[in-house]
Amino acid sequence: MTETTIPEYRSSETGTGPVGQPIARVDGPLKVTGRATYAYEHAVNGAAYGYILGAAIAKGRIAEIDSANAEQAPGVLHVMTYRNAPAQPAFGPAVTPTVPEVFTRARPMLNSNRVRFYDEPVALVVAETFEAARAAAGLIRVRYEEERGAFDLPARLAEAYAPRRTNAGFETDSAVGDFDGAFAAAPVTVDATYRTPYEHHNPMEPHATLALWSGDEVTVYTSAQTLANFQAGLASTLGIPRERVRIVSPFIGGGFGSKLIVHADSVLAALAARVLRRPVKVALTRQQMFANAGHRAEMVQQVRLGADRDGRLTSICHDVWSATSGFEEFCEQTAVFGRSLYAAPNRLTRHRLVPVDLNRGEWMRSPGEAPGMLAFESAMDELAEKLGLDPIELRIRNEPTVDPEQGVPFSTRNLVACMQEGARRFGWERRNPSPGRIREGRKLIGYGMAAAIRPNYIGAGTAKVAIDATGRVTARLDMTDIGTGTYTILTQIAAESLGVPIAAIKVELGDSRFPRTAGSGGSWGAASAGSALHHACNALKERIMEAARSSDRSPLRGANDVAPIFVGGEIRVGDRSVSLADLIGRIAPHGMEVTGSVAAARDTESYRTYSQHSYGAHFAEVAVDSDTGEIRMRRMLSVIGAGRILNPKTARSQILGGMTWGIGAALMEETVLDPRYGHFVNHDLAEYHVPVHGDVPEMEVVFLEEYDDKANPLGAKGLGELGVCGAGAAMANAIYNASGVRVREFPITLDKVLPGLPATAI
Amino acid sequence: MAETDYRITRRAVLEGGAATCLFLASGLPVGAQNAGVVMTAGPANAPISRIPMTFRINATEHALELDPRTTLLDALRNHLGLTGSKKGCDHGQCGACTVLVNGRRINSCLSLAAQHEGDEITTVEGLADGDRLHPVQAAFVAQDGFQCGYCTPGQICSAVGMLEEVRAGWPSHASADVASGPGALTEAEIRERMSGNICRCAAYPNIVAAIRDAAEEV
Amino acid sequence: MQPFTYQRANNVKEAAAAVAANREARFISGGTNLLDLMKLEIERPTHLLDISRLPLDSIEETPEGGLRVGAQVRNSDLAADPRVRSRYPVLSQALLAGASGQIRNKASTAGNLLQRTRCFYFYDRNMPCNKREPGTGCAALEGFNRIHAVLGASEACIAVHPSDMAVAMAALNAEVETTLPDGTIRTMPIGDLHRLPGATPHVETALGHGEMITAVILPPAPPGRQLYRKVRDRASYAFALVSVATVIEKSGDRIRSARIAIGGVAPKPWRPLEAEYVLAGAAAADSAFTEAAESALAGAVGRGGNDFKIPLAKRTLRQTLAAAVEGA
Repeated sequence: MTETTIPEYRSSETGTGPVGQPIARVDGPLKVTGRATYAYEHAVNGAAYGYILGAAIAKGRIAEIDSANAEQAPGVLHVMTYRNAPAQPAFGPAVTPTVPEVFTRARPMLNSNRVRFYDEPVALVVAETFEAARAAAGLIRVRYEEERGAFDLPARLAEAYAPRRTNAGFETDSAVGDFDGAFAAAPVTVDATYRTPYEHHNPMEPHATLALWSGDEVTVYTSAQTLANFQAGLASTLGIPRERVRIVSPFIGGGFGSKLIVHADSVLAALAARVLRRPVKVALTRQQMFANAGHRAEMVQQVRLGADRDGRLTSICHDVWSATSGFEEFCEQTAVFGRSLYAAPNRLTRHRLVPVDLNRGEWMRSPGEAPGMLAFESAMDELAEKLGLDPIELRIRNEPTVDPEQGVPFSTRNLVACMQEGARRFGWERRNPSPGRIREGRKLIGYGMAAAIRPNYIGAGTAKVAIDATGRVTARLDMTDIGTGTYTILTQIAAESLGVPIAAIKVELGDSRFPRTAGSGGSWGAASAGSALHHACNALKERIMEAARSSDRSPLRGANDVAPIFVGGEIRVGDRSVSLADLIGRIAPHGMEVTGSVAAARDTESYRTYSQHSYGAHFAEVAVDSDTGEIRMRRMLSVIGAGRILNPKTARSQILGGMTWGIGAALMEETVLDPRYGHFVNHDLAEYHVPVHGDVPEMEVVFLEEYDDKANPLGAKGLGELGVCGAGAAMANAIYNASGVRVREFPITLDKVLPGLPATAI
Repeated sequence: MAETDYRITRRAVLEGGAATCLFLASGLPVGAQNAGVVMTAGPANAPISRIPMTFRINATEHALELDPRTTLLDALRNHLGLTGSKKGCDHGQCGACTVLVNGRRINSCLSLAAQHEGDEITTVEGLADGDRLHPVQAAFVAQDGFQCGYCTPGQICSAVGMLEEVRAGWPSHASADVASGPGALTEAEIRERMSGNICRCAAYPNIVAAIRDAAEEV
Repeated sequence: MQPFTYQRANNVKEAAAAVAANREARFISGGTNLLDLMKLEIERPTHLLDISRLPLDSIEETPEGGLRVGAQVRNSDLAADPRVRSRYPVLSQALLAGASGQIRNKASTAGNLLQRTRCFYFYDRNMPCNKREPGTGCAALEGFNRIHAVLGASEACIAVHPSDMAVAMAALNAEVETTLPDGTIRTMPIGDLHRLPGATPHVETALGHGEMITAVILPPAPPGRQLYRKVRDRASYAFALVSVATVIEKSGDRIRSARIAIGGVAPKPWRPLEAEYVLAGAAAADSAFTEAAESALAGAVGRGGNDFKIPLAKRTLRQTLAAAVEGA
C-alpha cells in the first residue's frame, strides 16, 4: 500500500483543536455501565458452551483417550479429540520463512496424539451449558505415554544456539569495534549476570471466542489485538480463504501482546461450531491461560561494561540466553535497545536460545526492553557506584550524538532532558549515594532511577472516512482499542482535521470488514492508525473542496485561490464560509466516503535515515523493612519524551500502567516452572502476583513538549510500552540504595533481600 | 444448507435463556433443529437437572430454572444477559465479578446462584439512574479510572460497596487503630480496601482519584 | 464441578444428621473456598447442604465476659464488631489482613477455620498429593515449596494452613463449639481443631463427618497489648509468608505474660509455648525477644524454597514483640 499524496489542508489553528486535549474516553460511558460488549458476551440464540481439557503431561503422546462417559453426560453435544477433530494443516517448521508469517500461520488444535506442552488441549467438550461442559471434561480419561522433557535454562547454556533473527526481525548479534580488547583494558568494569523469570500477561479478560457459521463463512467474536493477522491465522488453520473469516473485536479486555495470534479458544470454537452447525463459545480458564496464551521466557543476561575513570563507556556487551519453545522459536529482542542507548566505541550484543518443552513464548508488553533494561539499567547503576558518579551524570556522560550503531541522527531524543527534569521534580538531591543511610523507624528508604527507551514504528494501514448529508462523520478501521484509548484519539484526530465537534465523529473499530491496519501492538497503534486516518481526512477535505469548487449548488463555487480552513463545523475560504453539513447536503446528498493510507515505516526514507525512539526517565522511592525485607513502593515519577501527546489523559494512563508493570517485574511477577513436570506451578491470580491497589503508590507522569516531524504527520511516537522500559530497574536501584543489597535475580522478593540485611538490633 | 438464524441481538440471550428450558425438555436445541444439527453424541443424553430460583436483580424480579452448579456470575452472564459483571478468574482472585448482594459487595463467581434465593442483587447495569451515571461511574469517566474496561464493573461495584462500609465505620488493614475505626478516607485506605479488585492495565491511581472524588459526592 | 443436589438447611441438628448420613455430602456456607475447589474437582460432593442462613450469625456476650461468635458470622462483620475491635483487636486486625473486602463479606467464621491449604500441588489434580489423594506422594517436598511449612510438617505433607483469623484466635485461646450428628454439643480448644499431617494429611481436623461448627467462643479478653503482623509478597490480597499474633502484658520493665501464635509456617496456627515461657517474667528487651524467637523456631525444618521462612519468622517475631511491648 502506498502513501496517499495529497495537498495539506490545515484545520483549525495549531493547538486549539481537540488533538492534545485531555478528553475523556468516548467509550467511557459504555465501559462504566457494563454495556461494552466483550467476546464471550455477544448475544446469540442457541449458543453452546465449549470447555477445554488440557494435557496432564508436558511431553509424550496420548496412548488412550476414553470420552464415552463425557459423551453420555447430561447436556453434552459433542466431544472433540484428535481422533475426530476436523482435518487441519500441519503446524509446520519452528521458524517461519518470514517474520509476518508467524502471525498468520496455521495453529492446528487436537490434530495429533502428540503432547508438546503441559495443559495443551487434548479434548473439547461442547454442551448446552457451561456447567455441563466443564463437568463432562472431568469425565474424560486419558492415558499418556510420557517422555522426558527438557525445561532447565541456567544448567543448559552450553546447548544454546544462535537464532537466525530476533523477534521483529532484528539482527541476532551486533558488533562494533573490539569489545574484548577494550573491556580488558578498561580501568573500571562491571561484569554482572542477571536472571529474569517466566512471566505471564494475564489480561483481565481471558481469551474467549464465540464462533458462528453461516454457510461456509464464519464470524468470530473474539478478543484480538490485530484483526488482519488473526483473520489470516484462523483462515490458515481452518483451511479456508481469509475472505470467509470475519473477526469482530470491538472491545478487548486487555492484551499486552497475548492476543496477537490465534489460540485454542478461537480455533476450537470455530471447529466445533462447524461440526455442530451451531454457535459455540469457548473461553480459556485463567489457569489454562498460563500454558495456552503465551508467556515471557526465562532469561540469563550477562552485562559487561567497561569505562574510563571519568565514566565514559569504552565497551558495552549485553549477552542474553533465553528459553524458547522447541517447536516454535521465539527470540525476544532483549539486547536490541542497547544498540541505540549509550555511546561507546566498542560494543557487542548477542541473543542465544535454549529449547524447552513449553508452548511458544509471545510478545509481552515491551518485548526486549522489559527484561533487558531490568538487567542493563541495573548494571549502569552498579557502574555508577564503582565510579563514584551520580547515575544520572554517568548517563549524561555517555549520551551519544548519533545512533551509536546505525550512525544516523536521532529524530528527537530528549533522554537527558527527561533525566534532568525528573531529578528536579523528584527531589533527587535528597538521595544519599551511600546505600542504607536513610531510615524512617524500622524502614530503610532508597531512591533509584533508570532510563527508558523504546523504538518507534509505523505499521501500514488504511482508514475509511465517510461524511453524511447532516455532517456526521464515521471513521472505520480494523484497528482495535485494547484499553489504549484508540477510540478517543482517533475521534480527536478526525474532529481536528475536519474542524468538527467531537460529537460529530463516530469511530468504528474492531471488525475485519473495515480497512486493514497494523492493529494494536508494538506501541505503533496510535501513530499508525492515526496517520492513516489523518490522511483519510485530508483526502476527504480534498474531495469536498473539489466538489465545492465545481458544483453549481455550492456557495464556494470557483473559490480556487485561497486555501480553505475547516473549523467550527464550517469551511472558510477567504471571506466566504459555509457550514459543512449544509455544503455536503448540497453537493453530495448521499454523502462522501474516501480512504487514506499510511506506509510501513520500513518502507520510508525517514525511518532509514533517522534513529526513531521514544525516551523517558523513571524515578522510584522504596521502603525496605529492615527486619523482614518487605519492599514497598512509596513514590514514582516518569518523565517522558515521546513526541506529540495526542491525549494527555489517556497517554498518562498508558504510562501509569507501564510503571505498574515495572513494579510487578521488579517486585513480584514470576511464574515458576517445575522441571520435574514441566508445568507452571503458580498458575492462577492468587499465586502469580500482579500488583494490586495497595502496591501502587503515588505516581506522577510528566510529558516533555516534543514534536517528532520525522516519525509521522502527527508528530507522535509510541508510548504504550515505554512506561515499562526501565521502570523495574529504577526500583531495583532504589532497593539497593535503600538496603545495600543488590539482587540480580528478578523479581526482588523479600527472601532475596533478607540475607543481606543487617542482623537487627531493636 | 439451511440458512442459520443466529442473529446477534442484545435481547437474544434473554430469549435464549427461556428457550433453553424448552429445548432441553424436547432433548434437541430449538435453534439447532432449524439448522439441521448433527448430534455427534448420543441423542438421548439425560437432561441437565434444574431447580427453580428467584431473585431481584436491579429492582426486577427474575424467576429461573437453573442447574444448581450455576454460579451467581454465570446466572447473570449466561442466563440473564447481564454481561456487565465480568469473569476474570472464576476463583475470587481478581474481583472483576463483584456485585452487590443486599448492599454488600461479594465475588459473584464464588457464590452459587441457588444461595441467593430472595436476595436483592445490584450489578453494574443497575447503578445508573436512567442516563444519569452513578457518581462513582461518572468519576471513573472523569478520572480515566480504566483502560480496557474489563475490571471496571467490578471496581465500580466494589467501590460502591466499599464506601458503604466506610460509612458504617468499618476499619481496614490500613486503619491505624481498628478500635477507633477508619478515620478519614485517605488514599491509603482506598487502596487497601480496593485491593481485591485487580486492574492489569493498572489504572490504580486514577481509580483511587475517582473514588476520592465520588466519596465527596455520594 | 460434578453434579450435586442442593438443599437449604432448616436447623443445626437436622443438618448435621443429614450430612452425616451421606459420605459425599458437604456443608456449604460462604463457599469462597469450597466452590473454588469444586470448580477444580478437588472437592467433588454430590450433595450440598447450605447452612449459610442458619441462625448462627450473632455475636453474643458470654456469662464469663467473653464473646460467643456464631459460626455463620461473616468475616467482615466479625472484624467490624465494636466489641471485637475494642476487646480483641488482634482478631480484627487478623481478619482485615486476610483476603479481600468481597471475600470477607462472604466467608463465614467456621468456613475460615475449615479452609484448606493453598499448596500449588494440592490445587492441581495432575500432581501427586497425599492430602488430596492419599498415597500418591508429596510433590511439594522436592518441588517449589516457597510457601510451605517449616514447623509441624511431615514427610507426607508440608502444606500450611492459610488462615489469618485462626492465628489470632489461637493466641486468644478461643474454643470451638460443634454439634455432632446425634445432636450432642462439644467444645474443644482451637489448638485441637486442626491436626498435624503425620502420615494422614488428608485428615485435617478433629471433626467427624457431619459434625458442624456452631460457634467460636472467645474467653474474656486477656490483659495486655494485642497485635497482629502479617508479612506477605504484596501489600494486600496475598496469603501470609509469616504472620504473628501476640498478646503481651507488661509489668514495669518486665513482661508478665506473653502469648504468641504464628501463621504461614505450619499446617495449623502455631503456638510456640516454649517461647511464651521464655518471655514470662523476662525483661522487656531485645535479648528476650531474640531468645523467644530462637526457641519458637528451634524445631523448624526448611525444605529448600522455604528455608527463608525460618529467619523471617524469627525476625518478624522479634519485631512484633518489640512493637507490642512498646505499646503495652
